[in-house]
Amino acid sequence: MRLSLTSRLSAISALLPALLVMFVVYIGATSWTVWISLTNSRMLPNNNFIGLRQYEMLFNNDRWITSVHNIVIYGVLFVSLALLIGFLLAVAIDQRVRAEDTIRSIYLYPYSMSFVVTGLVWQWLLNPTLGIQHVLRSWGFEGATFDWIVRPETAIYCLVIAGVWQASGLVMAIMLAGLRGVDEEIWKAARVDGLPKWRVYVSIIIPMMDASFATAAVLLSTGVVRLYDLSVAMTNGGPGIASEVPAKFVMDHLFERANIGLATAAATTMLITVIAVVAPYLYWRARKGEMR
Amino acid sequence: MTAVAQLLPASRRPKRMTPARWGLYAFIFITALYFLLPLYVMIVTSLKPMAEIRQGNLLALPAAPSIDAWVKAWTSACTGLTCQGIKIGFFNSLRILVPSVGISILIGSLTGYALSLWRLPGANILFGAMMVVAFIPYQVFIYPLVRVFSFTGLGQSLLTIVIIHTIFGLPTMTLLFRNYFASLPVELFKAARVDGAGFYQIYALIMMPMATPMIVVAVILQTTGIWNDFILGLIFAGRDNLPMTVQLNNIVNSTQGERAYNVDMAATLLTALLPLVVYFGSGRWFVRGIAAGAVKG
Repeated sequence: MRLSLTSRLSAISALLPALLVMFVVYIGATSWTVWISLTNSRMLPNNNFIGLRQYEMLFNNDRWITSVHNIVIYGVLFVSLALLIGFLLAVAIDQRVRAEDTIRSIYLYPYSMSFVVTGLVWQWLLNPTLGIQHVLRSWGFEGATFDWIVRPETAIYCLVIAGVWQASGLVMAIMLAGLRGVDEEIWKAARVDGLPKWRVYVSIIIPMMDASFATAAVLLSTGVVRLYDLSVAMTNGGPGIASEVPAKFVMDHLFERANIGLATAAATTMLITVIAVVAPYLYWRARKGEMR
Repeated sequence: MTAVAQLLPASRRPKRMTPARWGLYAFIFITALYFLLPLYVMIVTSLKPMAEIRQGNLLALPAAPSIDAWVKAWTSACTGLTCQGIKIGFFNSLRILVPSVGISILIGSLTGYALSLWRLPGANILFGAMMVVAFIPYQVFIYPLVRVFSFTGLGQSLLTIVIIHTIFGLPTMTLLFRNYFASLPVELFKAARVDGAGFYQIYALIMMPMATPMIVVAVILQTTGIWNDFILGLIFAGRDNLPMTVQLNNIVNSTQGERAYNVDMAATLLTALLPLVVYFGSGRWFVRGIAAGAVKG
């Protein structure tokens, strides 16, 4: 069907906001950020090109190295634990249990809450004087220690605990949808062959659910790179700089430390990391023809 | 867990409780306790006086439940300089929420409609680019956006934060509506075209009334997302419009002197209340929203 001129103009007018956002906000802002990272800008942007010097300084900056180190620990543990727990919860719910809706609501409700709320609740639970440690001791485990949140070596693991609590339900919901999509015939055939149930899950069902796993993993991973609120609310990067993360490094250097050259170099590094994760995934999806 | 799962028959709920079945329910019960623990602790802590919190057990029920901490959190808790409670943040968040949800859904649905039913050159490229952009962390855009808004004179304001939420909500909203409109029978659209309806007429009179389920999903998704936002509100809303999440963090983390954990937990619960009501009130719709939004992230 040919489009008349007026229809075409109307359609283009409807796309104006999207085009504006695309070119001005996304492409424009990204390019500017990358450009600033190549200059020696401090408080205000300037155009003194200095090549990759900011990146050199960035990777010699202790705070940045700690941030990267932390986000790797957090990322690996958070993604693998959330996938594992989310999958187990989905399998448990899929066994035709009673009160399925209630159980599912319980697993998923943390996902409706913000990272700030999540961080503050877990800060309170992990409080060594009055929190879980105190409960364990009052139950007679005199020597029980659970003071991870105040110790520099372990503070980042507290962020993992809170993050997994918040996001496992999301994985559960994605996995449950995947499990419900498995053909009943497969279960019947496996039973005829006398395969134990766990073997069916490991050898047949999990390989079939590659799309669910990939979607969940990518969702969780992009959340990892963005991690900011949780660190601010739960530990504010502390003790010291023990639980700093890259997103917080960028924000602090932009708005408190007035070093926008270094901040944008860090932001650009985050951008490259995300593209390295997301591009293969989108390519894979496009090839699978799921992107409609 | 595998030991639990292996003996279970594949179909129908078993009538008898086998040991494996007990194991399964034990697993579900224990995990459910873990997920509920923080909510429970928030509630009981908020109902106890400070003396009881200091001496008692985190998990114990309050001896004499009192809502004093809730009243204090709402009306007089201190956020840095002022002590007017978290109600300020609540109303700020509400003022941010309503226009942001409305405008982002309006623009997102219009974009999704234009990209799905009208075969425009370059539509797929624009859509693909928006999907890639949806994954990029805010830190990449924030500084240039701050400069642009201060250059245009908007600075940090209610309008700025509404525009920002619209911008960052656009990829998800577009995706949601584009896929929905693409799934409708195309004859409907063609018939309307033959009858001489124009672009905006078809959108307003035919497509949007049919998209009610997607609008519900979009409202849920945007309401929880915008209410829970911290970083954008912190940077773009300005001091007079700081959202509830930011004020909550200020109340809890910038207290001088002794921390009032009961007030902190009451304020935290108050901040979580709207998303929780939306979540428990909407049931399966929330899951639909996640499934639809999951494609992006």
